[in-house]
Amino acid sequence: MSATKTTYETPHYQDHLMEHHHEENFITKYIFSTDHKMIGKQFLITGMIMGIIGVMMSMLFRLELAYPEQSFPILEFFLGKWAPDGVMDPNIYLALVTIHGTIMVFFVLTAGLSGTFSNLLIPLQIGARDMASGFMNALSYWFFFLSSVIMVASLFVESGPAAAGWTVYPPLSALPQAMPGSGMGMTLWLISMTFFIVSSLLGSLNYIVTVLNMRTKGMSMTRLPLTIWAFFVTAVLGTLSFPVLLSAALLLMFDRMLGTSFYLSDIFIGGEVLNFSGGSPVLYQHLFWFLGHPEVYIILLPALGISSEVIATNSRKPIFGYRAMVGSILAIAFLSFIVWGHHMFVTGMNPFLGSVFTFTTLLIAIPSAVKAFNYITTLWKGNIQYTPAMLFSIGLVSTFVTGGLTGVILGDSALDINVHDTYFVVAHFHIVMGLSAIFGMFAGVYHWFPKMYGRMMNKSLGYAHFWLTFVTAYGVFFPMHFLGMAGLPRRYYSNTAFPMFDNLADINVLITYFAIIGGIAQLIFIFNFFYSMRRGPKATQNPWRANSLEWTTPVEHLHGNWPGSVPEVHRWAYDYSKPGAEEDFVPQNVPLAEGEESGH
Amino acid sequence: MSTVSIIVLIVLGILTLVQVMRISEISSEIQKGKDNAVSEKDNDTQGTLMLLVGFGFVISVVVMYLAWGKHLLPEPASAHGKEFDGLMNLSMLIINIVFFVVQPILFYFAWKYRGKKGQKAVYYEHNNKLELFWTMVPALALAVLIIWGLNVWSTVMMPENEEEPMVVEVYAQQFNWTTRYAGADNQLGNATVYEIEGANILGVDTKDAASADDIVAKELHLPVGKPVLFQFRSQDVIHSAYFPHFRAQMNCVPGAVTYFQFTPTLTTAEIRQNKDVKNHVEEVNTIREAKGEDVWEFNYVLLCNKICGAAHYNMQMDIIVETEDEFNAWLNEQKTVAETL
Repeated sequence: MSATKTTYETPHYQDHLMEHHHEENFITKYIFSTDHKMIGKQFLITGMIMGIIGVMMSMLFRLELAYPEQSFPILEFFLGKWAPDGVMDPNIYLALVTIHGTIMVFFVLTAGLSGTFSNLLIPLQIGARDMASGFMNALSYWFFFLSSVIMVASLFVESGPAAAGWTVYPPLSALPQAMPGSGMGMTLWLISMTFFIVSSLLGSLNYIVTVLNMRTKGMSMTRLPLTIWAFFVTAVLGTLSFPVLLSAALLLMFDRMLGTSFYLSDIFIGGEVLNFSGGSPVLYQHLFWFLGHPEVYIILLPALGISSEVIATNSRKPIFGYRAMVGSILAIAFLSFIVWGHHMFVTGMNPFLGSVFTFTTLLIAIPSAVKAFNYITTLWKGNIQYTPAMLFSIGLVSTFVTGGLTGVILGDSALDINVHDTYFVVAHFHIVMGLSAIFGMFAGVYHWFPKMYGRMMNKSLGYAHFWLTFVTAYGVFFPMHFLGMAGLPRRYYSNTAFPMFDNLADINVLITYFAIIGGIAQLIFIFNFFYSMRRGPKATQNPWRANSLEWTTPVEHLHGNWPGSVPEVHRWAYDYSKPGAEEDFVPQNVPLAEGEESGH
Repeated sequence: MSTVSIIVLIVLGILTLVQVMRISEISSEIQKGKDNAVSEKDNDTQGTLMLLVGFGFVISVVVMYLAWGKHLLPEPASAHGKEFDGLMNLSMLIINIVFFVVQPILFYFAWKYRGKKGQKAVYYEHNNKLELFWTMVPALALAVLIIWGLNVWSTVMMPENEEEPMVVEVYAQQFNWTTRYAGADNQLGNATVYEIEGANILGVDTKDAASADDIVAKELHLPVGKPVLFQFRSQDVIHSAYFPHFRAQMNCVPGAVTYFQFTPTLTTAEIRQNKDVKNHVEEVNTIREAKGEDVWEFNYVLLCNKICGAAHYNMQMDIIVETEDEFNAWLNEQKTVAETL
């Protein structure tokens, strides 16, 4: 798209926002705010609270895995009747891994990551006064809040929370006879996810409309910062795939409550044959993974967008291969829709389908490789400024490479036969999706904290947080590859039932040590975050000397973002260390100098 | 009590941190004003840490390979397992080459190009040749892996049989396995959940003539060197029949029948003589002895590998691969469906 095509006057309706100075009271400012910056912060804080719950759960079940069936008073403290005499019950173990997965995947890395930064950055970086619909945006947050409350509430029901794994495959999740977690807990899980999907759709539609229609003068699509490209494509992915999860969840609810047989057939449980016939559990898996695989990129792309921005800014260099970066985002997004079957190689589906999915899955490695190499080339001959955000971004590149590589094995149907559902899978997706995304999220928080709260986070605590997190994260997940290659299945409450795994016990203890240290290290971040919010040094307008438009807004938040008119854009976001320029950065709103050429 | 004291400790720790921060902040304000900006010294320290920790990580991966390589599964005990391991080794070789080249480069660059005063970064936007190069190289490597992988996949999933495979049913329920042999006609009788009653736990249709010589057992015996076609059923939730030593796995899906075929190539007696297996057994028994547990003898094992409920972690069955004579002797001892139902 050429720059001329989108040059229009700054829309009047946007300036309109500036004319009305609504009286803001506590409720309209902090609670039912329609300001995108406040909504972004609401997503972040809610996501962090959910994150604390999710990580604490993982520390509890890591304790169980290191010392299976042993008594710990702390388990009884947190789990009550689910840990009689401090020994964890197998049902609650499964519930913990299920809710840990659900919370981390959806509540932290989807809503917490994409919700926070899409909201905060889309209007600021494209030069808009707010989102297309502030009301829808507020609604999106409140549906997310409601869904979080229901999910947390489900932890306290009599029969325990959902426990069928975060993918909640029926019939296990459909039959309360199969496990206690499939009772009330599962119903709440489904209701919570329904609200979550509503929230996600409201948000995504808003992001798409805002990016397409509300860019300031001169902000052509090819001048968008990569963050915005990532958020935009993520929103498209979410809009196309979340409705399919909604349908999967609804059909599961029908099976559970109305006696339909979408996923159930020929079941004998609890001494009787159930009245279901003709359904297929594999249908659920198709529907689930049709969302589930794009979901991986819904999580990952925003993190990659954030790290593109942070790496370019702090290398003081343009991001290498901007067009290839955009192209690979688009290629990954497209491919993500035609690879879902690689989660189902051993379900008994037609082997020919397995071949097709192997082919499409392994193709994703190509755009991913392009991204990784382009990050590394961006570092090359840079002048790297080590902010905590930069550390996390480089950490992201490392985990993205490490975790991406093992995808080559899992995506290959023939090899998947023997590593499917083992710890090899746990290692793979935690490194490539979990760590990369959470590193991207941390990078985003450190980088845009001054924009969110007008203050700086403490640098030294940031450094300490990164190194502890980086080392312990690899310490937790890298050894899991070996467990998986030894044939150890995931979601085992204890490995003591198989003597062949006895010699893996030491590795599990080691992993648990790393997990506990890594979990506690997050307190440094939480402390730094809340401390700096109140007492951090005041931020300057453009602390990282960055080019994108958000740094042209005043430090103090303003409804409508810019006090005067919205800045006009004259160049792309990556004119760092441009020859001929005096400074090593040239913000996007600086007109081209005489004789200066703009590639974008 | 310990929980309360841990919480108190954490709270105290946080309070201490707050005080330390306040002091350091006030003192730095007195010194200079704002000093949270990244200094050249920071770049130097963090860049050096990148190099040290990054290379430390890469080296620790080598150490893990050396220390834990012995934990990997022993040689495959099935005919297709050799092809599986070949493909796995090739894939592992490729991803390890990439890992050990790319990670060091990343951490080296992170150190080499750490910010210095007066240094200016190079304005380097793109290079089509370079980008084409690193699009094509992965594409070529993947082409090899895809073609080879699909070849292995189709030989595993759609094997061409020289002799008729022996049909065995593996039946899953919470939380155990049952087997059913097809008997002399090599044909399993019909079975549905609607026929389950009393001793007929598999729901075998006794009116179906093919079921009369079926044999239901609680062990999985297999003759060496003969192809076995497994038929999988489940009566309640999804289970997954995982035979790690045979590089085989298939889900058991209620309401459907799934299949997987392989040929065992090493008897239980033979695999016990394998060097890796012997070392494994010795290591495990040293651990078990220290804990006062029984001595373990290696057996092939069938595991459940799809979350299926509380005792998922203990849903197992031993697999005994033996010579054809031994197998026939065992089978002849078993009672047929006609005799038991």
